[in-house]
Amino acid sequence: MSTGALSLHAPSGGDQIKRVASLTWTLAVTDWKLRFYGSALGYLWTLVRPFAFFGVIYVVFTEIADVGSGVKNYGLYILFSLVLFTFFSEVTGNCLNSLVTRENLLRKMRFPRIVIPLSVAATSLLNLGMTLVAVAVFAIATADYPSWSWLELIPLIALLTLLALGVGMLLSVLFIRYRDVQPIWEVVTQMLFYASPVLYVATQVPEDFQHAYLANPIASILTQVRHAVVDPSAASAADAIGDPLRLLIPLAIVLGLFALGLYAFNRRAPRIAEEL
Amino acid sequence: MTRRRGAPSGDPVASVISALSSTVDTPRRARAEVLSAAPAAVTVRELRKTFRLPHRKYSTFKERALHPFSSSTYDQLHAVDGVSFTIRQGEFFGIVGRNGSGKSTLLKCLAEIYERDSGESAIEGRLSPFIELGVGFNLDLTARDNVIINAVMLGLSRREARRRFDEIIAFAELEEFLDLKLKNYSSGMSVRLAFSVAVQVDADVLLVDEVLAVGDAAFQQKCFDQFNRLKAAGKTIIFVTHDMGAVERFCDRAMLMERGAIHAIGEPHEIARAYNELNFGRLVHADVESGRYGDQVACEIDDAWFESRGERVSAIEQGQALTIVLRVRFRQALEEPIFAAALRNEVGHTVFSTSTAWRGVRTGSFAPDDLAEIRIDLETWFAPSHYKLTPSVARDGGGEDALDMREDLVSLLVHSTQVTGGVVDLPHVYKVQRL
Repeated sequence: MSTGALSLHAPSGGDQIKRVASLTWTLAVTDWKLRFYGSALGYLWTLVRPFAFFGVIYVVFTEIADVGSGVKNYGLYILFSLVLFTFFSEVTGNCLNSLVTRENLLRKMRFPRIVIPLSVAATSLLNLGMTLVAVAVFAIATADYPSWSWLELIPLIALLTLLALGVGMLLSVLFIRYRDVQPIWEVVTQMLFYASPVLYVATQVPEDFQHAYLANPIASILTQVRHAVVDPSAASAADAIGDPLRLLIPLAIVLGLFALGLYAFNRRAPRIAEEL
Repeated sequence: MTRRRGAPSGDPVASVISALSSTVDTPRRARAEVLSAAPAAVTVRELRKTFRLPHRKYSTFKERALHPFSSSTYDQLHAVDGVSFTIRQGEFFGIVGRNGSGKSTLLKCLAEIYERDSGESAIEGRLSPFIELGVGFNLDLTARDNVIINAVMLGLSRREARRRFDEIIAFAELEEFLDLKLKNYSSGMSVRLAFSVAVQVDADVLLVDEVLAVGDAAFQQKCFDQFNRLKAAGKTIIFVTHDMGAVERFCDRAMLMERGAIHAIGEPHEIARAYNELNFGRLVHADVESGRYGDQVACEIDDAWFESRGERVSAIEQGQALTIVLRVRFRQALEEPIFAAALRNEVGHTVFSTSTAWRGVRTGSFAPDDLAEIRIDLETWFAPSHYKLTPSVARDGGGEDALDMREDLVSLLVHSTQVTGGVVDLPHVYKVQRL
């Protein structure tokens, strides 16, 4: 019996993975194209939003609230944290209603259901890549020259993607049953935004709370991004949490949420079409 | 448990397929014999799918919290209720049935879009992944993009999709409109495009839900040719439709579904007839009598109805024997009254009219309180339409002195799998001779 999205009996596992990959890619690219459809400036608009937001935040927090003083390359940091957090909220938010918006496809076609959330993540990754190009230009202009430690961004973004996907898959199947998941998740995203070091840095959190604070995977990831890309002299995630072994906690949360999301999704997958 | 094996390659299969290709144009009977020897392509056993229809669906937390217990009641809809059948390789198999009879659910269970509750189905070879044309078409993208996307969804690799691109467009005859956005396409054009992509699928078993009623005549002919090619290539096609003409034209065998079960399975013509009977036999006729003439003092038309094979009918298949029956009650003595009947079609044209006077029938004499039944036997050569019967009784003479005439008293539906456009379809014989 078809038990899940990944195990939809195929001629062979390799073919199946190929089909998932090509479908995911096709859907992601189509979506991405459509995002710019009908707008003359296309790509530029995806940059305007984070950069405009960044401009406002930067002025408010350095000139008025004075949060950024004493933080080296504060502007570059909030640019990174904003872009990465936006990526997270975009993936989770779009995954949430992805099954409902793809209803037509789900009801008319047989394909591994996992393709839907994967394509959402892939679209956002494409977007993130484009934005990071612009951010890199800004980074080279403000910070020092690029260093090898910038490559740490790749595993860090991978972890963030896993986290977002796990949460997103969970939300997407919940949303079929309970439509109020959407407003609830919007509020939770808002809270996460302030509970994560997006506008400030993790080291500004009182020492007593810092270890617990960094159990939030987004906080650890952003802290490590700061160390790797923005300011090598800033504390790494391991330093900030006190003991490298303690990093297993945020890591376990990421992997746990991903596993939970995947499990819930695969469990519901065979019946998604009829429950929509 | 769906089992799938690789593409057919064994010797017996190949021989059957070559036999099939050589018999495409031979009469159906010969083809049917070859087919019945072919190995099974699709075997379905006791397939069941039930939907739960909650009496109220709660889709927010608040609603659920307010009604914690009330959602436990639901109706069960047995959409597919223990269906078993076998389809042979190379067969063009039609599935027909009224709306809600379970055809689409069955197709979705076969395609594993829905999870079946119980039962088994075995499919030899690859099954086409979707059941409707143009799934995933995006109106904001050009035809060029949509073809590639659709082909990938069908299971082609991107490279293969690009390789077949020209072929697809040429088949759809849409070369000039490649860079037009799909929303600017006419519906016929987009279906042509969708069909052209769909026939490129590398599947051994194709599931098709309603396609043939689209496109202009020339394109329909192309689809027909393409289906014949697929059949000749040994592909199995499962075809869901409401178009009985298409069933008779294309299908080797067909199945009629009703309330989730198989009502009949067999020869396409038989199935088409059974479908029409099922459909129109239950039509409720709200007969509105539009006019009544005559004073009904001497006699009165009690009732009138249609009979076929000794039973009252309100619908009949074209070509069947039909009897028009009038029942007349007399109040006064009458000598040689004239009985007459006329049939009018939907647009109000009288297509048939008869009277005992014209036929020179002597009707005899009647006394008060006599009851008479007049039966008119004929064959139904009327074109498919809705007919209304106007019976009348007149005093002996020219027929102008109507005693009772009830306009449009009862109606009859004539159905057929063919619509010729003529008002009547008289039986006739062709002779073609080269001079």
